[in-house]
Amino acid sequence: MNNEPFEPRIVAFFCNWCTYTAADLAGVSRLKYAPNTRVIRVMCSGRIDPQFILTALAKGADGVLIGGCHPNDCHYAEGNYKMLRRFQLLKRLLQDFGVEESRVRLEWISAAEGDKVKSVINEMTEQLRALGPLGMPAKFAAWDQEVEELQHQVDEASETEAAHA
Amino acid sequence: MKDEPEIRIGFYVCHCGTNIAAMIDCQAVARYAAQLPFVAVSRDYKYMCSDPGQELIQRDIKEHALNRIVVASCSPLLHEHTFRNATEKGGLNPYFFHMVNLREHNSWVHSDGSKATAKAFAQIRAAIARVPHHKALEVLQVPIHPDVLVVGGGIAGIHAALTLANAGKKVYLVEREPTIGGHMAKFDKTFPTLDCAACILTPKMSQVKSHPKITLWSFSEVVKLDGYVGNYQITVKHKPRYVNEDLCVGCLECIPACVFKTPKFPDEFNQNLGKRKPVYIPFPQATPQVVLIDPEVCLNLKTGKCKQTCVEACGDRQAIDFDQRETFDDIKVGNVIVATGFKTFDAHRIPQYGYGAFPNVFTSLEVERMINTSGPTSGAIVGRDGKHPDTVGFILCVGSRDEKTNKWCSRTCCMHSMKLAQLIKEHCPRTEVYIFYMDIRAPGKGAEEFYDKSLRMGIRFIRGRVAEVTDWAVTPEEEGRLVVRCEDTMAGFVRRIPFDMIVLAIGKEPQADAQDVRRLFNMSCGTEGFFLERHPKLAPVSTFTDGIFIAGACQGPKDIPDTVAQAGAAAAEAMVLIDQGHIEIEPNTAHISEVDCSGCKSCLPLCPYTAIAFIETTKKASINAALCKGCGTCVAACPSGSITQNLFEDDEIFSEIAGVLAYE
Repeated sequence: MNNEPFEPRIVAFFCNWCTYTAADLAGVSRLKYAPNTRVIRVMCSGRIDPQFILTALAKGADGVLIGGCHPNDCHYAEGNYKMLRRFQLLKRLLQDFGVEESRVRLEWISAAEGDKVKSVINEMTEQLRALGPLGMPAKFAAWDQEVEELQHQVDEASETEAAHA
Repeated sequence: MKDEPEIRIGFYVCHCGTNIAAMIDCQAVARYAAQLPFVAVSRDYKYMCSDPGQELIQRDIKEHALNRIVVASCSPLLHEHTFRNATEKGGLNPYFFHMVNLREHNSWVHSDGSKATAKAFAQIRAAIARVPHHKALEVLQVPIHPDVLVVGGGIAGIHAALTLANAGKKVYLVEREPTIGGHMAKFDKTFPTLDCAACILTPKMSQVKSHPKITLWSFSEVVKLDGYVGNYQITVKHKPRYVNEDLCVGCLECIPACVFKTPKFPDEFNQNLGKRKPVYIPFPQATPQVVLIDPEVCLNLKTGKCKQTCVEACGDRQAIDFDQRETFDDIKVGNVIVATGFKTFDAHRIPQYGYGAFPNVFTSLEVERMINTSGPTSGAIVGRDGKHPDTVGFILCVGSRDEKTNKWCSRTCCMHSMKLAQLIKEHCPRTEVYIFYMDIRAPGKGAEEFYDKSLRMGIRFIRGRVAEVTDWAVTPEEEGRLVVRCEDTMAGFVRRIPFDMIVLAIGKEPQADAQDVRRLFNMSCGTEGFFLERHPKLAPVSTFTDGIFIAGACQGPKDIPDTVAQAGAAAAEAMVLIDQGHIEIEPNTAHISEVDCSGCKSCLPLCPYTAIAFIETTKKASINAALCKGCGTCVAACPSGSITQNLFEDDEIFSEIAGVLAYE
């Protein structure tokens, strides 16, 4: 990290018909936004498995952004509602894990809202900069080490016990 | 898996001229890709979408025995098809290709070159991690039903329907009003040629009615659309006109026979300036030439107590049917052209212009009806006080180019107002006509000359946005007249000019129910509410849903020539699909592994297309690929992970996630 300011990494899942197209529109309109987001295209926000979000966080993302069509506008009628339901459950789970609420965000962005892509990404990047890294890979490594040490202690204890016996 | 050959990826990064290369270090990207796992060839090239670019891929596939292709260039929505074709021409299954969006999602939206290049590394790493999981897929071919539905019977719908029908295609034209013709039927003359609108429109209207290939359903609405490109099932509702369309001969004898001796009710076609009876025909050339009865005001339909003199006048024809109810028709078509037009701006929304408050403030569409010889005043320009005006002031951009109402330009109100001004001058040369404008927008053939003619005719142009229209007189000359207060930005001072009549050149807006229509046909709207085209330049009449096309002012404000041009284009696009006979559908459907399915039925209620069925004999779920549209919602919800979506398999997406995060 050194003196360089912290730059969060955001994994975004955008639906093909609304939000991905809106991000294309932002490009065509030459809107400028923070380069911290990496977009993964899915056909519908309904395709987004909660595991995708958890995996992204586990593998080093500092935040996850989900973009879908506005309610009533889904290209597949209701995939966005299915995503919303999962999102509500997942949010509670993440809270219990101690993952801050603003790290995972769901936004409805229509194909015409290129400027919303810009403002959401900029806003989320700002929030995550202030929040700092999530650092799950490092935490996993620390936990693994902790468990290893505990195991070591247990092994040692049982060895001494065996020697005494 | 073991039998599969070693993965050999060809990676190509496109400069797109300087569009990508000016922001992203393409050579560094190519070098970075070269050392990633499975990459056999990594190149940067000026224009990958050009023929030499595509040939490069094809040659490399053969020379380097490539079996996966990744191109990092523009949006897949633009060129995925191009590169899949190139991959196929090189001898590979086209679905072994994957695209990285370095332009729309990177170089165009970032301003720091090193950060943009770092992001590009992450993007391509994801793609290179993803493609090894790609599988060869077969394209689904679905036949195209040759019939077409055209929604909206304005000039756009009429032209599209006639073009298709003349090419031998069967067309259903559905119009919600009692007659086709739309806004154009209300116009007197058309700019800049001043040819009479009726003279050029009504022959096309009667052609629609008599064409053997066109089924015209007026006073009808599309209520349901199911299916997909080439195979749409549509339900059309026919509203009751209380007159049997097949029996009515258009003799109009019932109208004078009505128990209401004089017309009493506002005439919508004439912008409520005239009156009509409960039994009426919107205008003399209405098509179909069939009367209708307004149930809101017809004595018999309201009270059941009427002498029914209309029925008597109809006599043996027995066309009048007070028991008529809504009926429905189910049709099958392959393509739909939506041409539902626009709505004019409601001038009440700008109260300072006095519409509704001062009787002699009119909208441009009202004056259009007034100046028409078949209109409510038989072509005479008269105020609501019954007087002929000596001075008329036109206010342009009412509900256009205005932060408070609509930001967009109506594209026609300059030309339309100049036309009305010229017609007023022609009808009564001593009338003083002023036009208050912000800018005169007269592009297009003959338009600038038309402006020039207006100036030569003595129409006065004052540049400045009008502050208000008031009846508060400060000089005796202003007494009893309407005063326009406006800064004359050419002269540099504020003026007060009294008029006898004010005409507000109202702007164009999306139809009030544009959002419902959009949902019905699975389209998108732009921020202003007009239907969104697939590409503003290269696919102006296509939508994001295959087989649904748009034409005319429902896509955005436009004049008659542009509307007709779009309608022709939409008809041609539909014919492309019809004449191909089939369309290839993206094979991104889902399928269930019968071995892994636990038969829990979680997926069944999630599918909006009822593509998933539960097979009772095997106690497993099964997906009908023909019905599946490839959203992937069931895949995400399957607890046993037994559902797979082609092109969006779990492994593919997990590798992408790992890929975008692998580069610090």
